[in-house]
Amino acid sequence: MVSLEIAADGSDNPLSRFRPGQFNMLYAFGIGEIPISISGDPASTDRITHTVRSVGPVSAALAKLKRGDHVGIRGPFGSSWPVDEAAGCDVLLIAGGIGLVPLRPVLYHLLKHRETYGRVALLYGARTRDDLLYRPELDTWRRTPNFQVRVTLDRAGRDWVGDVGYVTGLLPKVRFDPVDTIAMICGPEVMIRSTALALLDIGVAATQIFISLERNMKCAVGFCGRCQLGSHFICKDGPVYRYDRVHDLLAIREL
Amino acid sequence: MAGRSGNGTLPLAALTVDGLQALLQAFRQHGYRIVGPTVRDQAIVYDDIESVEGLPRGWTDEQDGGRYRLTQLGDDALFNYAVGPHSWKQFLHPPLLRLLSVERDAATVRVVPEIPPTQRFAFVGVRACELHAIGLQDRILLGGQYVDPHYSARRESTFIVAVNCGKAGGTCFCASMNTGPKVEKGFDLAITELVGEGPHVFLVEEGSDAGSAMLDEVPHRAATQDEIEAAQAVVARTAVAMGREIRSGDLRELLLGNLEHLRWEEVASRCLSCANCTMVCPTCFCTTVEDTTDLTGDHAERWRRWDSCFTMDFSYMHGGSVRASARSRYRQWMTHKLASWIDQFGTSGCVGCGRCITWCPVGIDITEEVRAIRESPATTEGSS
Repeated sequence: MVSLEIAADGSDNPLSRFRPGQFNMLYAFGIGEIPISISGDPASTDRITHTVRSVGPVSAALAKLKRGDHVGIRGPFGSSWPVDEAAGCDVLLIAGGIGLVPLRPVLYHLLKHRETYGRVALLYGARTRDDLLYRPELDTWRRTPNFQVRVTLDRAGRDWVGDVGYVTGLLPKVRFDPVDTIAMICGPEVMIRSTALALLDIGVAATQIFISLERNMKCAVGFCGRCQLGSHFICKDGPVYRYDRVHDLLAIREL
Repeated sequence: MAGRSGNGTLPLAALTVDGLQALLQAFRQHGYRIVGPTVRDQAIVYDDIESVEGLPRGWTDEQDGGRYRLTQLGDDALFNYAVGPHSWKQFLHPPLLRLLSVERDAATVRVVPEIPPTQRFAFVGVRACELHAIGLQDRILLGGQYVDPHYSARRESTFIVAVNCGKAGGTCFCASMNTGPKVEKGFDLAITELVGEGPHVFLVEEGSDAGSAMLDEVPHRAATQDEIEAAQAVVARTAVAMGREIRSGDLRELLLGNLEHLRWEEVASRCLSCANCTMVCPTCFCTTVEDTTDLTGDHAERWRRWDSCFTMDFSYMHGGSVRASARSRYRQWMTHKLASWIDQFGTSGCVGCGRCITWCPVGIDITEEVRAIRESPATTEGSS
């Protein structure tokens, strides 16, 4: 995992004005272009931050960039997390693996406007301790007053004193009022589904659950057709959806 | 172009074959690149034509599932056939298109966008189903939040001469999709060919100011009442001779309510995932984008290429393809075309041209697949 910071020339640059949950298309010279979530602080206009996991040819090339190298960037694209609608509510951020990346801008926003929200919790599940992202920041967030942070691992070593198991197992361990909570979930699709179902079980309405979906994308503007899920173009109608608007589609395999 | 919508009450003009030739010459004088039907490789394709001699005079076609044959009747008719494997999308939304070039040197990287061409097309022989298909691609590539400049440049300067179909093909079903056979709107000029009894003439309807101006440049006369009635009879005959039909009113609900139908598995056992249906479809718009470099490594290009939801690569994400089975890929194509397209763009993505049936190597017939689901809508695999 590598975080790339791209210098932006201030707030006049449309690229530096993004809403939490949006993504950019990043181009590695001659190799290709892929969608990458914006992972930085939405209030910071001098740099655009992305966190990239090296899994394919383009992400590997992006991860190898050095200070001063060139990268192509188009964006920002897509829908965003409901940070304004959540004002006055308890907020649950639930991340699985690299699903924490598109939620980090929400964390920055919540920290900056803490008084606007009720109780706030981050529930974060990762495979192993080594897979945990943003570890120094995670420690900072953990020590922040009025900020509940719980981390769970699938596989833990002797040195891990925190929770072990699935991320839904953390729900009883944080305080929030299910009827007055906005939940934002990002992670693998199976994790999103099981987490949403767990939230419904404890009384969070489907209209208060938001999820971020991922599909193959080549254009980000609805032309290439690849990111379709039912009638949705995830690049422009998504990636963030209110759960009740897509839950029936997620139940169908290979859609 | 194409401003006005068609109106059967306008007086029609009549052109002779020489008049049609004069129209083609007028296009050339105005600098248009003339594209129309012509015989090549034992099929009627769309390509550059010089004169009416390039049109498929005396040819007709026989079409059925997985079958296309040309026959020479030897008569004078220039438009006595249904649509072939080509559609106009290959000109407006090219199969392969460079989007940009990127130059790199020691200090900097420079992006050079591809400049859209200034060449104007005159399309001759656009059928009603194809006008609807162009209208659908307009909505996708011009009508939303983002506009495709490459499509826009080609589309907006195109002059369209439509043709009312005098023959329904064996796989045609435009009548049941309400997209033909009579052209209604979206053309500059529309012609109906009268051939056989009486003199060989083309009745011409004006669909735009540009169409009227062009017609004024070529010799023509007013059509007679007999000719107008004969032209109406041509379209009426075609409408009742459709080789196929789909009951289309409730397709969205029917298909979206049967996403786990056993029929998907059955059709997948015949489907080769060859993508022919998507290549010949005049509305399929999906693409991939490919980035390349030359051998120096300092000159890169980005190309856009037609792609198909039938390929594994289409839905590939890290870890695998979302639609790994042929069942899910066929289902994606057909439910998108006939159902979710309605949610996305307000109308069905199928115009009833029948190409996907004719050019399917194993003759899979979208009308038959719909019928099979309609006749046993409750059959599912019992999954959630």
